[in-house]
Amino acid sequence: MLRDITLGQYYQADSVIHRLDPRVKLAATVLFIVSLFIVDNFVGYIIAAIFLACMIKISGVPFRYMIKGMKSIVFLLVIAVVFNLFLTPGEAVLSVWKLKITKEGIRIAVMMAIRLVFLIIGSSLMTLTTTPNNLTDGMEKMMSPLKIFHVPVHEVAMMMSIALRFIPILLEETDKIMKAQIARGADFESGNLIKKAKAMVPLLVPLFISAFRRANDLAMAMEARCYRGGEHRTKMKPLVYHRRDRIGYLIIFAYMAVSVCFGRILKIPFLNI
Amino acid sequence: MAIILDHVSHIYEEGTSMETAALRDVNLVIPDGQFIGLIGHTGSGKSTLVQHLNGLMKPTSGNIYYNGEDIHEDGFDKKKLRSKVGLVFQYPEHQLFEIDVFKDVCFGPKNMGLEEKEIELRAYAALKQVGLADEYFYQSPFDLSGGQKRRVAIAGVLAMKPEVLILDEPTAGLDPKGRDEILDQIALLRKEAGITVVLVSHSMEDVAKYVDRIIVMNQGSVMYDDEPRKIFRHYKELEEVGLAAPQVTYIMQELRERGLDVNTDAITVEEARDGILKALAAKGRDIRKA
Repeated sequence: MLRDITLGQYYQADSVIHRLDPRVKLAATVLFIVSLFIVDNFVGYIIAAIFLACMIKISGVPFRYMIKGMKSIVFLLVIAVVFNLFLTPGEAVLSVWKLKITKEGIRIAVMMAIRLVFLIIGSSLMTLTTTPNNLTDGMEKMMSPLKIFHVPVHEVAMMMSIALRFIPILLEETDKIMKAQIARGADFESGNLIKKAKAMVPLLVPLFISAFRRANDLAMAMEARCYRGGEHRTKMKPLVYHRRDRIGYLIIFAYMAVSVCFGRILKIPFLNI
Repeated sequence: MAIILDHVSHIYEEGTSMETAALRDVNLVIPDGQFIGLIGHTGSGKSTLVQHLNGLMKPTSGNIYYNGEDIHEDGFDKKKLRSKVGLVFQYPEHQLFEIDVFKDVCFGPKNMGLEEKEIELRAYAALKQVGLADEYFYQSPFDLSGGQKRRVAIAGVLAMKPEVLILDEPTAGLDPKGRDEILDQIALLRKEAGITVVLVSHSMEDVAKYVDRIIVMNQGSVMYDDEPRKIFRHYKELEEVGLAAPQVTYIMQELRERGLDVNTDAITVEEARDGILKALAAKGRDIRKA
């Protein structure tokens, strides 16, 4: 029942995108998201859609997996669309009671929806094709200049990789405890809000205890292997750029250029909605 | 009156690259009052199988019947089924949450909607059944030892008065003494209450002494389903799938190979002892005669 959450989940496959340096993927994801917000006409979004579709195709991750991550933002999406739809001033198209839907409202709402959906798909493409360890390695390397300002880059990266590693473990644990309590007749679904909240106690108490136990065990295991922070720590597999990574950068910059050109600067009259 | 599994299969992550069949075409009848050992190597599908028995998991194909009713039919009361088919998970002590032991055991019967008095009577009886001393009843379950916690968790399921009790590796992580105590308690319980018991384990040694029937699982299918004695005759095949017969089986086989005429069907140490003594006595008679 909890297997639907794709956050931090890795989809095993053998593709160019899987093999890319995590730094390229991180930079590409950030640039892609930035492009979504720079672009302000639909030509730009068509370009983004094509780019995204190609990347998904190359990655070999089934499209269903991208959609799965969407379930969690449906609520946010609906709110964003509804508010923009009704609360944008402008030329009224339809008015219901005191609310009116404006032409500008429709435009912004649709744009907002596209932005959110693309943003989620884009970032889940990155997490689905990059193992959490690789991801935090990439982040650590990218943030390493911050060390000059005494930012504990290694520690931050370590914390992130542990947090990411714990997501599937805790999900599994939740699933297990939930089943055990259901086997004892617990009911997590019916009843009003207060009843539902109360029903969570038999789930949350064991979950917290298990999380603390695991954290404790992990700390012990790390100490037993003489783990000690970032200074002078070497890597078994240092990140090195290959040819494909350079090509990756080229592609994402090319995309950026095209998208900004057509999506913001150049106005194609007949396509400019 | 039984649980019947009819061509049950379960496939995880169907249609993805991680597709794995946890159960393949399993057909079983679990009649009333039987003591069954469900044995299999890690990942053989035994845990998945038992979660099907009380409707926690739904088979991807096939049907499961409890007392003649399809448990996945619309309108079937699953909550009632779960009180009738009690499932004790692996490491059940991880599910404890209440402030004291007694309250935790009350959780199951409370969910059944029973009266206050009945709930307490059942909780008390269940705690007695698992052999927990009175002095622990009002302690926090988290202060107890591993073995005691496990007893409390088992009592939590027993308090629902199930007709079928399924225990998934009830002895995992316990020391030999704790293991024997728990298993003896279960055997006693089964004798007294006359319930059906399914004991899941990866160790033949643990179950050989107690059960009437052993089901061996391998890669999601039923490999053997027979009386313990007959199962252990296949000790060589069992080894190939990462299981082993009880140690006495090996000793008896070896003795026979070396010329002592013992009955190789012995499954407990006591039986083996009697068998060896008998064979030695017979041999002594032969020597004296000669």
